[in-house]
Amino acid sequence: MTPPAAVPTVSPARWQDFVQLLKPRVMSLVVFTAATGLICAGAPIHPVMGAIAILCIAVGAGASASLNMWYDADIDARMRRTRGRPVPAGRVQSADALALGIVLSLFSVMLLGLALNWLAAGLLAFTIFFYAVVYTMWLKRWTAQNIVIGGLAGALPPVIGWAAAAGQAPLDAWILCAIIFMWTPPHFWALSLYTSEDYAAAGVPMLPVTAGAAVTRRQIWIYSLLLIPVCLAPAATGLGGAAYLAVAALGGAVFLLLAWRVRMGRAGDAADPRVTDGLYDVKAAARDARNLFAYSILYLTLLFATLLGEHLLGGAAPGLPGGLT
Amino acid sequence: MTEPDAETTALAPVADDAPHRARRGRNLAIALGLVGFVVLVYLVTVFRMGGNVLDRPL
Repeated sequence: MTPPAAVPTVSPARWQDFVQLLKPRVMSLVVFTAATGLICAGAPIHPVMGAIAILCIAVGAGASASLNMWYDADIDARMRRTRGRPVPAGRVQSADALALGIVLSLFSVMLLGLALNWLAAGLLAFTIFFYAVVYTMWLKRWTAQNIVIGGLAGALPPVIGWAAAAGQAPLDAWILCAIIFMWTPPHFWALSLYTSEDYAAAGVPMLPVTAGAAVTRRQIWIYSLLLIPVCLAPAATGLGGAAYLAVAALGGAVFLLLAWRVRMGRAGDAADPRVTDGLYDVKAAARDARNLFAYSILYLTLLFATLLGEHLLGGAAPGLPGGLT
Repeated sequence: MTEPDAETTALAPVADDAPHRARRGRNLAIALGLVGFVVLVYLVTVFRMGGNVLDRPL
């Protein structure tokens, strides 16, 4: 793979480039999970204040993404998936990405604190710090456990949403956090099984790069086994109802089936001799990993959508008032 | 005195157009962001005070 061509002339940054620095697709996932936490809290909160809380959490997530793109520009430039990002492509100055990240971090945390409460603001500040500093600057380049530990940053938005609505973060909020936390390793390792060449080229110690595909497949299976009981926990605590239990159990069975196929397959084993222009062509052996990766997104979405639906429709467990008031 | 090159004259505005439009777009985005922030602070103030505005000795 050749390094990206140097940008001969730096075209002026457009506002869309700055939006791209915020990773809008990740922000949409954060909005979804934070809104689930906020609504599941069942606390009386005005819809406008709820929307402001979600906006602050989303902007905070975008700020941490901008800090990530500022720091990781060297890595991003060496990976096909990321070399078109604004900083490595030369469309946005590195210092501008840093400034945007810092300014939005401060604004989002301060506004969340002033508008809702300081527990939520503190959790948001911790999340930004954890993602931008602990994960991006430290874990990502240092250990193959980077996405296991760093997954906490992606798992916290429902807790922030819950805290914003209720002013506290009880066990149920942390169960939502645990679901995303345990979901992250099989999700990302399935992806890394068919993108490991990029990670190796960029010097990122993802598990398939440092320990090999066989170990990664085994770890995916182990984490999948640990994930499903955590996904069933809301049904035990009363956070989720019958619909949630059905989705978590049946969907979990499919998850385990796909993870088992990865475990018994050869995904990530051999480099594909074909050289094509596609971003990540699905190698025959890697199809199992691709299937698990795609299904993992669907499974998490279904779990949170079901919880959201149950609480909005008032079908939540007894004692938990559903929805916004 | 020489007359301006007709080709240069015709192309100059086009060459300058992209940076100009980019800057204009950024300025508009910043303006919208600031206005949005002001509206947010206003809404927060209104909803945080709520009915408490009237809850005082008259």
